[in-house]
Amino acid sequence: MSVLIFIDQAEGIIKKSSFEAASYGAQIAISMGTSAEAIVVGKTQDDLNKLGSYGITKVHYIEDTNIKNYDAQVYTKIIGDAIEAIGATVIIFSNNTSAKAIAPRLSVRLKAGLVSGAIALPDMSNGFVVKKSVFSGKAFAQVSILTAKKIISLNPNSFNIIKGDGTAEIVAMAANVPSSKIEVTAINKITGEIPLGEADIVVSGGRGLKGPENWNLVTDLATALGAATACSRPVADIHWRPHHEHVGQTGLAIAPNLYIAIGISGAIQHLAGVNRSKTIVVINKDPEAPFFKAADYGIVGDAFEVVPKITAAVKKLKDIS
Amino acid sequence: MKILICISKTPDTTAKIAFAENNTKFATDGVQWIINPYDEWYALVRAIELKEKDPSIELHLINVGSADSEPIIRKALALGGDEAIRINSDSADSFFVAAQIAHAAKEGAYDLILTGKETIDYNGSSIGGMIAEILDLPFISHAIKLDNEGSDSIVTREIEGGEETNKVSMPLIISCQKGMAEQRIPNMKGIMGARTKPLKVLEPIECETLTSIVSFDLPPAKSGVKLISPDNPEELVRLLHEESKSI
Ligand SMILES: Cc1cc2nc3c(=O)[nH]c(=O)nc-3n(C[C@H](O)[C@H](O)[C@H](O)COP(=O)(O)OP(=O)(O)OC[C@H]3O[C@@H](n4cnc5c(N)ncnc54)[C@H](O)[C@@H]3O)c2cc1C
Repeated sequence: MSVLIFIDQAEGIIKKSSFEAASYGAQIAISMGTSAEAIVVGKTQDDLNKLGSYGITKVHYIEDTNIKNYDAQVYTKIIGDAIEAIGATVIIFSNNTSAKAIAPRLSVRLKAGLVSGAIALPDMSNGFVVKKSVFSGKAFAQVSILTAKKIISLNPNSFNIIKGDGTAEIVAMAANVPSSKIEVTAINKITGEIPLGEADIVVSGGRGLKGPENWNLVTDLATALGAATACSRPVADIHWRPHHEHVGQTGLAIAPNLYIAIGISGAIQHLAGVNRSKTIVVINKDPEAPFFKAADYGIVGDAFEVVPKITAAVKKLKDIS
Repeated sequence: MKILICISKTPDTTAKIAFAENNTKFATDGVQWIINPYDEWYALVRAIELKEKDPSIELHLINVGSADSEPIIRKALALGGDEAIRINSDSADSFFVAAQIAHAAKEGAYDLILTGKETIDYNGSSIGGMIAEILDLPFISHAIKLDNEGSDSIVTREIEGGEETNKVSMPLIISCQKGMAEQRIPNMKGIMGARTKPLKVLEPIECETLTSIVSFDLPPAKSGVKLISPDNPEELVRLLHEESKSI
């Protein structure tokens, strides 16, 4: 009846959000008086031993040359078989694009209730109740999982990584890999960018920046901070920035440690996707901009004058520290 | 060729989010309802575009919901759906909804089943994947481009840090997001025509639920913004470093 955490990798490197999921799963295992184990599917370049320091005692490593591309149908079969073999009862994912394809399939396959977008540890005092974000971050719901097997998909940046000094045993696991019905014909990687969903700091620009030619204001500050970049919906709609940067109710919902909004009015649909950020900074020349009501820090001023000064101050700070 | 588009009814994006009955139900008083934007703007409009290129394609809509869903179903018909199915039931949980749709989809022998990437109310992003598993079909999530080539679908999906193009032979399930298509407004002809398009009401199949919502709550309000003079933006950096410890 162990807790099993799915470890997701990008180019063979474990993602930060998987360490969050590992820490989260390990805490659940402690409450349940059982062990936290991990499953890694596909060739890794990373040191799986380090999962031990996040509370994992055993890593099931499935490396098979028949696993060619990422296909949810194939992964679901592999992971589903592994869960049966291991006897896991609680399965944890980090709620990213891969989990959103696999977890629902697995839920059906195992008849295991799924809570996607969890943001806190389950309450096991009366059943098994998980808090999740709903209405695109405008509210929370407590969801009870009614089945014996349970799947939780944890929102990135919702649970702090807990690091200790444990070690993990790595065991190779054989799998029966079905052939994929999906043929990958092209992959287009945008390299060097920090993935928005996992970013610790996000600098975001709105229509107040007047045009794509001014985006160096945003990217310079982002580079100085080691931040990812985002934008409001109209900015993506008029193609000043790529679609994947659109945050809000109809774009990506994010919860970074720090969100800096430049020239964004703070419409309710925009706030929905960003209001779970820990600290919000708003730079807007209009003191009546609704965003100030949702902000922790604000500067009423012209972004074109203020932002370069902030960037310079950040660089100075980084040089010193 | 037949395409099934799943449409969900959600509160308008400006709706006040509040709860009733001891915080166990969403307070629907005064709420305007819309088609879930991902279902409408991306899944439905892309399906309509495919039909514009190949008029032999039939577009069927499906909604699991009570009679209150009919206005949004009529709107989807006005935009360009050919006919619609409503499964007469409140949506109990994702698995229940997926099971209803999968059942109807099997009867209809569809080549493509499209959903939005998630609903803007429960943000489950589960229905597409669940339908796919029930029907044992391939599933591509977070699709940003879709074209058909003979009996294959060419689908581009978002992956972390990029895009991937897949070729899959139909039938399959696809969840759609931004990039697929652009929002449209129904025209008068569409609205008039929608009134007489077939809308079949079916009773739900027997199905268990795997989860249930216990209660809702709202996030705590922010304590108020600290304003910093535009003449001294360095102060902001100091506060972010020393006070909030964000940088
Ligand atoms: C169904 C629906 C879904 C939606 N979903 C989303 C969503 O997911 N995400 C989203 O972002 N929006 C969404 N919207 C749109 C949303 O309602 C707003 O229209 C949008 O967020 C506004 O973008 P903006 O703040 O960049 O532009 P604007 O509203 O035009 O605001 C620009 C701001 O920049 C300020 N400004 C101008 N010049 C300067 C300067 N020199 N220095 C500093 N500040 C300056 C202005 O004071 C203003 O506040 C949605 C709308 C609908 C109807």
